[in-house]
Amino acid sequence: MLEFEIVEEGQGKLIQPPDIEAFREWNRQKPKALVDKLMTEQEAISRFVHDGDYLATELYGTVRCPMSLTREIIRQGKKDLRIAGQGVLELDLLLAAGLVKQVEITYIGLEVYGVSSALRRAVESGQVEVVSDWSNGAIAWRFKAAAMGVPFIPVRSMLGSDTLKSSAAKVVKCPFTGQKVALLPALIVDVALIHVHRADRYGNAQIEGISGFAFELARAAKRLIISAEEIVPTEEIRRYPDRTIIPYFLVDAVVHAPFGSHPGEMCYCYARDEDIIREWAESSQTEEGAKAFLEKYVYSVRNHQEYLEKIGWERLEKLREKAEKRR
Amino acid sequence: MAARNYNLTELMICVASRLMPDSTTVFIGTGIPMLAAALAQKLHAPNLIPIFEFGGIGATLEELPLAVGEYNTFRKALAASGICDIMETATRGFIEYGFLGGAQIDPYGNLNSTVIGDYRRPKVRLPGSGGANDVGSLCWRTIIIMRHDRRRFVEKVDFITTPGYLWGPGAREAVGLPKGSGPYRVVTNLALLGFDEETKRMKLLATHPGITVQDVIENTGFKLIIPDKVEQTEPPTEEELRVLREEIDPRGLYISKG
Repeated sequence: MLEFEIVEEGQGKLIQPPDIEAFREWNRQKPKALVDKLMTEQEAISRFVHDGDYLATELYGTVRCPMSLTREIIRQGKKDLRIAGQGVLELDLLLAAGLVKQVEITYIGLEVYGVSSALRRAVESGQVEVVSDWSNGAIAWRFKAAAMGVPFIPVRSMLGSDTLKSSAAKVVKCPFTGQKVALLPALIVDVALIHVHRADRYGNAQIEGISGFAFELARAAKRLIISAEEIVPTEEIRRYPDRTIIPYFLVDAVVHAPFGSHPGEMCYCYARDEDIIREWAESSQTEEGAKAFLEKYVYSVRNHQEYLEKIGWERLEKLREKAEKRR
Repeated sequence: MAARNYNLTELMICVASRLMPDSTTVFIGTGIPMLAAALAQKLHAPNLIPIFEFGGIGATLEELPLAVGEYNTFRKALAASGICDIMETATRGFIEYGFLGGAQIDPYGNLNSTVIGDYRRPKVRLPGSGGANDVGSLCWRTIIIMRHDRRRFVEKVDFITTPGYLWGPGAREAVGLPKGSGPYRVVTNLALLGFDEETKRMKLLATHPGITVQDVIENTGFKLIIPDKVEQTEPPTEEELRVLREEIDPRGLYISKG
């Protein structure tokens, strides 16, 4: 018989070891009745995001991202957050606002605009602790393991690298074949934020275009806040149930957030707002610049409605037209 | 020698683009790979299948994507799925080429995009692996695109974010990475490089127009294998430059950087 032998262990810490029994108990008590969960972003964030929570967002910064919910977290000053980071704008804003304590990182950067100055300041000064490094695939697979309700998942990424050494993965020989595989611990987060195209009041949610890791994250979170471009009647959901990737019982709050991904894009709805994304890339290069940006776009407005008015409907309409034109 | 009518970014894009054959699957990341794939589709590889990590499969690259999840990564595509599906597709051996960049590279094609300096007390904290480790672990052949200088081409990288041939022949297989996979080409602003079959160390294949073998050696921080015959890269054609400038990046987001 082949041994189930641990060949190598990453030195990274686990923020939360996966407790799949507790997760089952938690999920059992979530309401299965169709309860109206539509609420304002203020209520959703104040009720379901707590100081010290392990938080994850999907998809990322410039693409179908729960930016309106992120800005509300900053306004409410939810602090000591632990985050799983595959992130662009959203995690950058949380880092710059000083609300993050620990991060399990895969990528935090600004893509075409380069490295993240907010991340550099936070990590190089020791203000934020990077507890482990992973690949994008690994973080998504860890959510997948949680979604499967199992404590780990075997994969063939990260083997032989320092990324593995800095993660909390373990390499074992497969008991069936002897093949070396990396075991990734399931990642169950306290709260997840996902922005979708449409949802009903109960939380049945549908996404268009690529689905990123929405399917997995929605199933890996103890609490889930959905923001949606459009709130539709349940009959609309029932007409195309095959398009529902998040069924209602996973969801704790539904927030109506048109342009909720702004300045990021929402496929088939609106294009990204390049000027504001660039404004962040430039102003976040200094701490003062980042603070000024947060003041201008987050603290100085009371809610998402005021934010949209500040951006201006004419400007937003142009982003809609741009998306319409390239369909 | 005739005056150069292109910049080095344009040259790197053209060289990378020529490495993409028609009707193959190519894992594309942000930046130059996107432009190279778009150029290949418009010129010699109309049925190239670009694959993007967050779910885009087989997009028609009419407009340049600015992000690996944005609409242009699945515009007029064949499928729009999600990251697990894409990474699992690579794990199963469906993706032939993967494109990568990095802050440092060593003779075995190991790449660093995580930290400069000590991991625990970094001098520079870089963005991290992102999808790079998955691409470099799981695609059959990886093509690396990087600026060429002694700070980037180093004997030992500060951190192996993405595995190349690790420490040499047989190393990838020994740690459990897929058999027969690994770095294939390195495209720089000075040269096109490959890897020696036996030692798995980096080898010069061709120098770009106006660049000598000595220039490449001087800008590399480790001992390169220099074969007896080093080819010359063909400069970008008029057609390549026209398509690149007029159709792919008319706003000069990438190519104006020189």
